[in-house]
Amino acid sequence: MADIWTGLLQAAKLIVSLDSELLAIVFLSLRVSGVAVTTAALIGIPLGAFLGMRLPASVRWLEKLINTLMGLPPVVAGLVIYLLLSNKGPIGHMELLFTPMAMITAQTVLAIPIITGLSLVAVRDKHKEIRDTAVTLGASQQMVIWTVIREAKRAIVAAVVAGFGRVIAEVGAVMMVGGNIQGSTRVMTTAIVLETRKGNFEFALGLGIILLTIAFIINSLLYRVQGEVRNN
Amino acid sequence: MLLLLTLCYTEFKGRCVTINPFVYQLEDISKSYAGKQVLSVDKLVIEKGKFYGIIGPSGAGKSTLLRILNLLEPPSRGNLFFNGIPVTKMGKHILDLRRKMTMVFQKPILFDTSVYNNVQYGLKARGYTKKDITKLVHIALDEVGLTEFANRNARSLSGGEAQRIALARAMVLKPEVILLDEPTSNLDPANVAMMEKITKRLHEKQGTTVIMVTHNIFQAQRMAEEILLFFKGKLIERGSTDKIFNNPQDERTAAFIKGEMIY
Ligand SMILES: Nc1ncnc2c1ncn2[C@@H]1O[C@H](COP(=O)(O)OP(=O)(O)O)[C@@H](O)[C@H]1O
Ligand SMILES: [Mg+2]
Repeated sequence: MADIWTGLLQAAKLIVSLDSELLAIVFLSLRVSGVAVTTAALIGIPLGAFLGMRLPASVRWLEKLINTLMGLPPVVAGLVIYLLLSNKGPIGHMELLFTPMAMITAQTVLAIPIITGLSLVAVRDKHKEIRDTAVTLGASQQMVIWTVIREAKRAIVAAVVAGFGRVIAEVGAVMMVGGNIQGSTRVMTTAIVLETRKGNFEFALGLGIILLTIAFIINSLLYRVQGEVRNN
Repeated sequence: MLLLLTLCYTEFKGRCVTINPFVYQLEDISKSYAGKQVLSVDKLVIEKGKFYGIIGPSGAGKSTLLRILNLLEPPSRGNLFFNGIPVTKMGKHILDLRRKMTMVFQKPILFDTSVYNNVQYGLKARGYTKKDITKLVHIALDEVGLTEFANRNARSLSGGEAQRIALARAMVLKPEVILLDEPTSNLDPANVAMMEKITKRLHEKQGTTVIMVTHNIFQAQRMAEEILLFFKGKLIERGSTDKIFNNPQDERTAAFIKGEMIY
């Protein structure tokens, strides 16, 4: 018990003193997950919107596939990216393994199905509701599409936030393809694993607190956005 | 004869279409969903400028007919003409034709933005200038008595207000035809009265052809000049409101207007 208290105290000290190693790890985490989610959003939102409006019943299996991939275990995503990027892999010559780029790639792969799947549902619901109204008002096909996306805006934001929440807390994929190299590919989750193993609890706890705070902020955002969705 | 040919009511693909007193002409129109026929109309013409009431039990195909008339869905079979122009094949000119008509649904779907933006939606689609839009939206909001709501979010309106905005959003387009699908079913008496007054004024002032589906036979009697009665996907009787209510030919019509038909 005393261990936890002293650990927490030390952790608080580390955070308050803006420990440079700690900060570097936090910033790398935010950068990797931020870039990954942005990339995933650029792919997943248009893809989800397209499928939400156009998916014919005959290819409903595609939706099931996306839903399955939404729960893709991070270690599996990590494994696939690892195989692609390793020396013997098809793009091994680019020497991306154990770089932040590799971690971004893995997290992008994890976030795409989440953002696509949630956008798909959001857009499909709105499309059903809004298409007829827009069309009877004389909207062109293009205008209908924009109207539907605009109406689904909040749910799409929620999809992106959910994707970010997933990847920032993920450890398996970044561990495998990033390698948890100090000062280079060490992010919050991998650092927590390592420092805990080393018995360096105050550092791990400090990162844990920060991670929890970020998760809390993300969830508050999500609740707010979803609350607005429901109030419609 | 020569004079007739030089007059051009409306042009279609550079061809002159002769003067046509009908907004819609339906020939052997039918609609099926998953092999089940829900609407079948041998022959039906809708005259310009008239106020039609469509009545009939639930599931009779009234909404399906309106969706076909608004070119929202193609019929499964048959020919449909709008202003004498064939529209059965959903071609490129559909958008131009569709912009001459509009529909108000039973449940108003307003976009999640200001009332003003909702009302200007169709005008923007038609490429009106900002100046014209401002003027027209203001007039339309005034018509429905909701000028002060312009900047409110449309989702914050009550059911009656929302439906009046939906009507304003349709009226502002000065359509040739307005299709109303049970627009007052969910409204309180005060809003029903208001909706009826606005619709009548639109019909009388702008000569708009109105086709109103209603569950309420008294509303049909109050509003329509001509009544169409549908039953199980078929048009079973049509005639002036007076004739339908005082001298119905079909026994099903008689039962329906007496309220004896269960629906
Ligand atoms: N999209 C659809 N898919 C399958 N069946 C439909 C669809 N739209 C309407 N129907 C069916 O067509 C029949 C007529 O419906 P509708 O035109 O809505 O009737 P009404 O408006 O007169 O109540 C009903 O039996 C309804 O279930
Ligand atoms: Mg109906």
